[in-house]
Amino acid sequence: MALARMTRVVGNIIHSSKEYICVMQLHSPVPEERLREVLEEFTGVIYQRPPLRSSVKRALRKKRINEIELLEYTGKYALLRIDCEAGTYMRKLCWDVGLVLGVGAHMRELRRIRTGPFHEDKNLVRMHDVAMALIRLRLEGKEDLLRKVVLPGEYSVCHIPKVVVRDSAVESIVHGASLAVPGIVMVQDTIKKGDTVAMLTGKGEFIGLGVAEMDAETIIQSEKGIAVKPKRIIMEPGIYPRMWRRQGQDSQ
Amino acid sequence: MDIDVTQKGREFINSINEFCGYKANWLIKIDEPTSPEWGWLPYERPLEKYIEYGVINLDKPPGPTSHEVVAWIKKMFNIKRAGHGGTLEP
Repeated sequence: MALARMTRVVGNIIHSSKEYICVMQLHSPVPEERLREVLEEFTGVIYQRPPLRSSVKRALRKKRINEIELLEYTGKYALLRIDCEAGTYMRKLCWDVGLVLGVGAHMRELRRIRTGPFHEDKNLVRMHDVAMALIRLRLEGKEDLLRKVVLPGEYSVCHIPKVVVRDSAVESIVHGASLAVPGIVMVQDTIKKGDTVAMLTGKGEFIGLGVAEMDAETIIQSEKGIAVKPKRIIMEPGIYPRMWRRQGQDSQ
Repeated sequence: MDIDVTQKGREFINSINEFCGYKANWLIKIDEPTSPEWGWLPYERPLEKYIEYGVINLDKPPGPTSHEVVAWIKKMFNIKRAGHGGTLEP
């Protein structure tokens, strides 16, 4: 969950891959071998029509299922772990698996265990942890718990390629300028032209998201030119100094 | 001092890469330090800024909707904006 300024990147997180634990109920038992075969068929690119009760257009669409793991099987219930692309409907997946099996099936229980970079195994907090941390701050004036409950928003972009920006270029990006090659300290070698990249300061502060106009190699080899076009700016103005020249004014 | 904050910044960036298992090598363009005069290392932001630029990996209990949980968190923190990373069945 994103607080205050970080809400502007949730769109990016919503569209990253997801992992679920799901209980599928079969309407008649099938041999485990057969179930495994069918689950294997549903791994990879599948066609899926969004269910009746859904918030998107109900057109057949392609979704990628990275992995389906059968954790337990009783003949009636199958406990599954599914790693898939955003926007894949688990209820529909269970239903479709039932159709292919020929016995019918539906989803009984569902829990999402990962959204993009956020996994339930890492730094997961409960509502009461949040409440306790706030009470500790307000009654005892201690920030320690709250600083554990809340993570720096930079974690929400840990899964995308990064560019580190020179101090002197940060404020101009915050004001909407593109990031030019001379404003770059370093880049991750995974950057390909057209990728969404995270622009960070040398201290690691998230400036915003942009679209790479060059591959990492080209950035390193170039002397000038636009490297990243801004897409979503998160940092507020005034944190870094204004270093660019205004017309008719010498630089400070 | 300059070197210190630059190194801590890089350690922080590498720690978030590690957090989500993102593997990549760094290609250095210009090895320029960042100045301690402006900005903060993310963990050292003053609390108000820390929250403003923060996220919570929240375990939503079954029952209340994501929308309701967001409303509670906003009220608890007394902030205007908060958002969630998607519902199970939108």
